[in-house]
Amino acid sequence: VLGSVAGLQARPKEDGAPKAASPPIDLTFVDELVRREGRSPEAAIPILQAIQEHYRYLPDEAMRRVCELTEITPAQIAGTSSFYTRFRRSPVGKHIVRVCHGTACHVAGAGQINEELRRALNIPEGADTDDAREFTVEEVACLGCCSLAPVVMVDERTSGKLTRATARGVLTAAQKGGRG
Amino acid sequence: MSAPAAVEFRVGLSSCGVASGAGAVRDALAQEAASGATLKGVGCNGMCHSEPIVQVLEGGRPVAMYGNVTPAVAQQIARRHLGKPGGKDPSDHLLDPLSGPAGAYLGKQRRIVLENCGEIDPGRIDDYIARGGYQALTRCLNEGQRLSPDDVIAAVTESGLRGRGGAGFPTGRKWRVARSQPGTTRYVVCNGDEGDPGAFMDRLVLEADPHRVLEGLAIAAYAVGASEGFLYIRAEYPLALRHVRQAIAQAEEMGFLGRDIHGSGFSLKLLVREGAGAFVCGEETALIQSLEGHRGMPKLRPPYPVERGFRGAPTVINNVETLAAVPWILRHGAAEFASLGTEKSKGTKVFALAGKIRRGGLIEVPMGITLREIVEEIGGGVGDGRKFKAVQIGGPSGGCIPASMAGTPVDYDAIPATGAIMGSGGLVVLDDTDCMVDIARFFLRFTQAESCGECTFCRVGTKRMLEILDRLCAGHGAAGDLETLEELATYVGQASLCGLGQSAPNPVLTTIRYFREEYEAHIHEKRCPALSCPALVRYRVSDRCTGCTLCSQVCPVSAIEERPGEQHEIDSSLCTRCGECRHTCPEEAIEVVSPC
Repeated sequence: VLGSVAGLQARPKEDGAPKAASPPIDLTFVDELVRREGRSPEAAIPILQAIQEHYRYLPDEAMRRVCELTEITPAQIAGTSSFYTRFRRSPVGKHIVRVCHGTACHVAGAGQINEELRRALNIPEGADTDDAREFTVEEVACLGCCSLAPVVMVDERTSGKLTRATARGVLTAAQKGGRG
Repeated sequence: MSAPAAVEFRVGLSSCGVASGAGAVRDALAQEAASGATLKGVGCNGMCHSEPIVQVLEGGRPVAMYGNVTPAVAQQIARRHLGKPGGKDPSDHLLDPLSGPAGAYLGKQRRIVLENCGEIDPGRIDDYIARGGYQALTRCLNEGQRLSPDDVIAAVTESGLRGRGGAGFPTGRKWRVARSQPGTTRYVVCNGDEGDPGAFMDRLVLEADPHRVLEGLAIAAYAVGASEGFLYIRAEYPLALRHVRQAIAQAEEMGFLGRDIHGSGFSLKLLVREGAGAFVCGEETALIQSLEGHRGMPKLRPPYPVERGFRGAPTVINNVETLAAVPWILRHGAAEFASLGTEKSKGTKVFALAGKIRRGGLIEVPMGITLREIVEEIGGGVGDGRKFKAVQIGGPSGGCIPASMAGTPVDYDAIPATGAIMGSGGLVVLDDTDCMVDIARFFLRFTQAESCGECTFCRVGTKRMLEILDRLCAGHGAAGDLETLEELATYVGQASLCGLGQSAPNPVLTTIRYFREEYEAHIHEKRCPALSCPALVRYRVSDRCTGCTLCSQVCPVSAIEERPGEQHEIDSSLCTRCGECRHTCPEEAIEVVSPC
């Protein structure tokens, strides 16, 4: 991680026409963000959080831009982005499925729910996203809905008391974009 | 808003309620009760086991509470209370708060921190004010009956309030130390980084009564002389974050926060910081590192944050529940708070009751209540045919207390004497199907993954311990494993800088202490007495099988060949012991047995 950010930072600064140089990602968001959050090292985590919310992961280009605009160093970015589990360095699927692994969910069979979702999506071992980039399945720490264990959160929608059979249902519901 | 209508419906719309379908219930009520009634979205009242919940008030008085409400039942409730003809009678869903299961659940509780949960709309500051909200802060600031910062600290000290995040440090003393520091810049922080798996007290309070926490934090700031404060809240709690941000905006608009509050000269700016997913940030020095934009690595104390914390200035960090108790203490008096609880543990404690229990949810009980009262009376015990085995208290830093010691009172002295800790309030009930070695492994896997890596014993020691536990559960335990575990546990506890490492061995040590025979069965007999560890059990079809083929249809790994009308068989070499066939079989013909 350190190598990739540091390496990117080592490139010559691209004043004037940086956007043309990296066409896939529009960095105007980062510029505005830095204007809002400030340039101090203290702003690093809120800035990374906002970048992740906007791009849904932490693109190298965006982080390089942060280093150019602020007092935040590549080392600080590498350190924090690898330390905190919510930060992702690779793109995610359209929907994020968070399988709760709190105590109550563990004793209620969270492992089996996780297995079932991964099987339903055909996610190979070692990966967390299906081939179609529809769903990313993550094991997360307690979501705090212990009375409804086992619990899964798809995007911002939480479903509880799941079984293997109903677990697949939360995926279809998310695809339909159904709420409530 | 309009004057209160004669009939008011309240729907619990906290995360757990919404996950149970409360949104659809509210919509159904809205449709049916469009005229002639008020519909209010409130926080959760803690009865998570009965969500979604609808409360009905007539002329401002509660007249009925319904549980497990579906949209169809919601329609029936609306019709009945609005006197519309027709429709089914919803009384099957009535919860009587004075008797029966709901009465047992609520009867032993004493609500201070949770007094408004389920009663007010967390999105309306007026609701909070109508229930005495911001009175305590106003008393601090307004001329006349004014409470000085020293008066506030004296009251909090006298109340005996101790930090509810787990360590139980006296809150008044913390504030006094911060106040006595030289310099003029100080900070206050509300620690809402509730990371213990199995704990959701802070989530619910922040979701259901956010102004209460703001008021507590503002009083803390006034007492120690801070003009800037932070609420550090887990990103896993989106609704709590939303409610808190909304509450800050409202409180600023009403002049309870901001510059020169009520003309008193006291100013306070509160900012929300979202956690980024690191359990160790619940530790105060790590939290400060995170606020400053760094990796959440704890620092050696002293200096304590109250001496030198955020930006090098004295910083008071209090847990959500601690702060939520403060306005009540100032409103009702320290003596009233101190009259509850035991000699050294005053007041009440909120617990998240979950696991193998009939009635789970959020409860607030006086300190000194026994674990048995909580499990058997409030929670209604474990499920039919199951045996209450242990309670896991205090999450990954806590331990398992066996059912035989359920007479232990809940306070800051008796619980630690068992080897567990009070912790922040996670209380997970375990029954005879839960394997204690697996529980120890679960928590150790958690602390191992969350270890920040700073201290060698925490980083490597927990890893070695986890490897042993993994081996035991896989049936590869060896003689001497138990002794090595105990030895490592001692080192990890002694040679770690922060609470995470110091307490990481507790789940292992308590389960070894009280359930040693289970460890020995795993090691010497390759047997899991709870029949829970997949590697140590086998599934078998008994002669109760009618050959209905359902098991074969649900088996995810095709380990059961379909033989209509005949007794089925499970191919153990394919079977992953997922339990799907067992849950599906209408004849309960699938047995779990020890292979030896």
